[in-house]
Amino acid sequence: MYAGFSKTEVVYLHFKITHMNKINYLITLSLLSVVLIASCTQEKRLPFYGERHAEVKKDASGKEQIDTVYQTIPNWSFLNQDSIVTTNAITDGKVYVADFFFTSCTTICPTMHRNLMTLYNEFKTNPDVMFLSHTIDFKYDRPYILKKYAQKLGAESPKWEFLYGTKDSVYTLAEKSYLVAVGEDSTAKDGYIHQGYLVLVDKDRRIRGAYDGTKPEQVEQLKKDIPILLAEYKK
Amino acid sequence: MRKIIINCIFIFSVVAIIISCQNQPEIDLQNYLSNGKSIYQSKCQNCHGENGEGLGELAPPLTDSVYLKNNKNRLACFIKNGLDEKIIVHGKTYAEKMPAFNELPPIDVAQVMVFITNSFGNKQGFYHYNQVIKDLENCK
Repeated sequence: MYAGFSKTEVVYLHFKITHMNKINYLITLSLLSVVLIASCTQEKRLPFYGERHAEVKKDASGKEQIDTVYQTIPNWSFLNQDSIVTTNAITDGKVYVADFFFTSCTTICPTMHRNLMTLYNEFKTNPDVMFLSHTIDFKYDRPYILKKYAQKLGAESPKWEFLYGTKDSVYTLAEKSYLVAVGEDSTAKDGYIHQGYLVLVDKDRRIRGAYDGTKPEQVEQLKKDIPILLAEYKK
Repeated sequence: MRKIIINCIFIFSVVAIIISCQNQPEIDLQNYLSNGKSIYQSKCQNCHGENGEGLGELAPPLTDSVYLKNNKNRLACFIKNGLDEKIIVHGKTYAEKMPAFNELPPIDVAQVMVFITNSFGNKQGFYHYNQVIKDLENCK
């Protein structure tokens, strides 16, 4: 094998060849493991929020299958900023971000809507994304007040709807369905208290995320999560 | 050689004394600025933004140096009592009501004023809280 080489050259060559083999072996091994790990990781999926229960359903062939049923947003009907009766039908086929606020709020709402505005601009041209803001000030925030607010904020219907409803309907929807705490509080500076969550809802009306709208880093996360959620429906 | 060293030490200490004894107004200004900043963050930033950029047509930006200068002796009243009149900032009309911050004592009003009028591209120097007290007596 090493004919024509001196002894030292032979030793050197032998060393080089065995060493090369080792390196090749290591490279192959690491490549293989990378491929394995890559094929094992699943695409990121957003969690489901709220109550869930198992239901036994029969599939097409009559076989019984257990299915997890998640909490969904029930039907609703409110007036929007143009005083038009608006229902959950407008969210059909869309993922949307919902929040609860009031126009005379001087604490967290301006920050929330400033942050939401960046999302609105980001997804302005995406027809599958929309925004719903519910007022919790059922006394003052009539649709024309909401209209003025929306215009001054720079938000337009139908991409971003501002919804007005009775205290009972809005508060129940907030607490039972969107899992956001709201309430009247005479001791609070502006008369109401509420949480500043931006709630992400999928096309099947299930809650897939809640982000603190006053924290830029959480809003940034929401900006990243919306495309992940949309991707689920592309398959 | 010894003389030189002693001279050097002497000159050095004189320089050190001068540097450490910044003039009082400069110290006051820094004081007001740092306190004013934290008041701004807790009371004003929600609407007027981190960089004084305002919020749509709901809240005016705080970057109109000319407006701030022309209304300097009214700013304290705006902060303390709120504002419910149309104002024109950067050529745009703003008509939303600004809430009152009645809980702020004159010193806080002065500090946040100094912060605003020396940030976001404004540079209007110090404003003493005695002046703020005077301004507040003349609120409309």
